[in-house]
Amino acid sequence: MLEIRNLHARITGTETEIIRGLNLTVKAGEVAAIMGPNGSGKSTLSYILAGRSDYEVTDGDILYNGESILELEPSERAAKGIFLAFQYPVEIPGVATMQFLKVAMNEQRKARGEDELKTPEFIRLVKEAAGDLKIDPEMLKRPLNVGFSGGEKKRAEILQMKLLAPKLCVLDETDSGLDIDALKIVSDGVNALRSPDRAVIVITHYQRLLEYIVPDSVHVLYKGQVIKSGDKDLALELEADGYAQIIEAAA
Amino acid sequence: MDMQTKPTHTLAEQAIIDGFLARVGDFPGDASVTSARDRLVSEFRAGGLPTRRMEAWHYTDLKAQMKIVPNMDTGLVDAARPLVGASTVLPVLQGSANAPQAVEGCEIWPFMDMLASGDAAKLLRTRGDDDVIGRLNGAFVTDGFCLEVADDTVIADIIELQAVQNGGQAHTRFPASFGQNSTATVIERHLGSHERSGFSSSISSVDLGAGAEVTWIIVQQRGDKDQHLGQLNARLGANSRLNLFIVNAGGKLIRQEIHIEVAGEGSHFNLRTINLLAGDSHTDVTLTLGHDVPNTTSSEIVRNVVLDRARGVFQGQIKVAQAAQKTDAQMACNTLLLSDDGEFAAKPELEIFADDVVCAHGATVIDIDRTQLFYLMARGISESTARGLLVNGFVDELVGELENEELVGVLETMIEQWLAAHA
Ligand SMILES: Nc1ncnc2c1ncn2[C@@H]1O[C@H](COP(=O)(O)OP(=O)(O)OP(=O)(O)O)[C@@H](O)[C@H]1O
Ligand SMILES: [Mg+2]
Repeated sequence: MLEIRNLHARITGTETEIIRGLNLTVKAGEVAAIMGPNGSGKSTLSYILAGRSDYEVTDGDILYNGESILELEPSERAAKGIFLAFQYPVEIPGVATMQFLKVAMNEQRKARGEDELKTPEFIRLVKEAAGDLKIDPEMLKRPLNVGFSGGEKKRAEILQMKLLAPKLCVLDETDSGLDIDALKIVSDGVNALRSPDRAVIVITHYQRLLEYIVPDSVHVLYKGQVIKSGDKDLALELEADGYAQIIEAAA
Repeated sequence: MDMQTKPTHTLAEQAIIDGFLARVGDFPGDASVTSARDRLVSEFRAGGLPTRRMEAWHYTDLKAQMKIVPNMDTGLVDAARPLVGASTVLPVLQGSANAPQAVEGCEIWPFMDMLASGDAAKLLRTRGDDDVIGRLNGAFVTDGFCLEVADDTVIADIIELQAVQNGGQAHTRFPASFGQNSTATVIERHLGSHERSGFSSSISSVDLGAGAEVTWIIVQQRGDKDQHLGQLNARLGANSRLNLFIVNAGGKLIRQEIHIEVAGEGSHFNLRTINLLAGDSHTDVTLTLGHDVPNTTSSEIVRNVVLDRARGVFQGQIKVAQAAQKTDAQMACNTLLLSDDGEFAAKPELEIFADDVVCAHGATVIDIDRTQLFYLMARGISESTARGLLVNGFVDELVGELENEELVGVLETMIEQWLAAHA
């Protein structure tokens, strides 16, 4: 489903290379975990997948279902099914959460040539998904992410993911800021989306999340490269020993 | 001025004077009103339109900017549907008030009656030398509505003062007094046409008794050839609260003055202004705010969206008198400049004579936030739609503060439509 080949990327307009020859393949149905020390480039990779213009790809390619997505706008990538749950969801004062959800769902439907959702249908879908995630409907009346607590923001990201039903889900530290109950609720939400035609990339620092969302593969990112890949046991190893050995071995 | 030299008038000034002379016998009013009008016109004859040399008009040089003044006109127009469903509409069509509907707890009568009786004569004066709006409106005013809300009265339905004009001239007044502990929401709406150019002036005087809570909303949707001079004067009694909300979404040359006396202890003045500016328009919002007594608060937020070659001005002057200890005044002016050819001049000014006060002001010019834009696009929203949402959000944030949900919806839709048509 996703194939990243020898990807090099830098901060747009500078010489600062952050992704330095990264290779990663994620198959449909797979849950891949990406771990790695602070500043290794995990969020940058997720932004590049989503198409953020602050980064420019200087070499390599990203293939999604066999096609390069490098030339696509973020909105086009989203319409094709790529979804990024942000490490730091963005507050947008003045834009009501419900209005945002409706516009987002309808724009994606429009891009795929589907009919717009009728309001009652839309409200039913939101209520249902919010209920599953134990999100207070009052929260959705507020401006998007404004004044949401850290955990509420993360839940709101998963709510969006449920409603938009993407094919490639990238979760950037969705577990940080979640209390124990919320971690369970959010993980259930993600697990419910697992399906043979969908892939999930989970970026995390902690083994705990991977107990709930059990990954098929684990990849260690360091200085903009995947320096080691393995199965779920690799995460346990990292939890016990830290990154030092792996980094040394790769050097 | 040397009495020998005849002042030279611009075409617009001459047209104003000629317009007065042509209709001098037709203006409503008793002898005292007539002499007040004559006095104001001769002041105008001597002083003319203000130039940028006059401080209050520094950013809006009326003498240079008013090129034409349409004839006095008595064309026919219809009242518009109310902005909000459950309202009492009081139309002033082309400067002439319809017979008012009754509103329980509120006396309503046409301003024309006050002119006829002479009661209006004392109102036909200027605030000072630079009060060109007071001078012109005083000379030309034909009608309007007077409102008097009784003490301890809650006016549930919105009262919509609706000034409709299709070219020509219209000069209106809306004196309103709100009794002690009364509550009311008034919309002052100015509508124009896009076919003919109009010139208008309008003065509202709002008096809040002790404990009164008033929301006053000015919705200016003049036509794109219209020149409009508006003024709102308000006085706040003890523990009263005035929520003044202004939306400018039309006109070619607009000046809206706001003069507030925070005169009673414990009172609060709240101003939210949205300026939607496009085309070749020039829009000036000028505020003078006096905190005259201790323990009063005020908050002013002005948000501007500037497109095309539009120009905007906000002058905000807050004066805190020596006696006005514990004043808290917060003023902000934020501009979303969406065109390289547009401009917005913000001139906040604090004059503080008391020592124990909290006052702040700030003016910012911003562009669309790229992180916000990316976030929306990452959800599949196209760039143009995402920009639209963000521009809308920038001003809707203020609309959302209003309590009446229907009103919030109506104003949001109005803003959305304006942006869809202009952005
Ligand atoms: N726009 C930018 N400007 C400057 N530096 C940047 C920018 N974006 C990323 N970087 C730098 O690139 C490196 C990788 O950052 P990134 O956020 O991808 O790390 P991360 O692996 O997600 O870290 P964490 O685990 O702390 O979230 C960091 O050193 C960061 O400071
Ligand atoms: Mg990160």
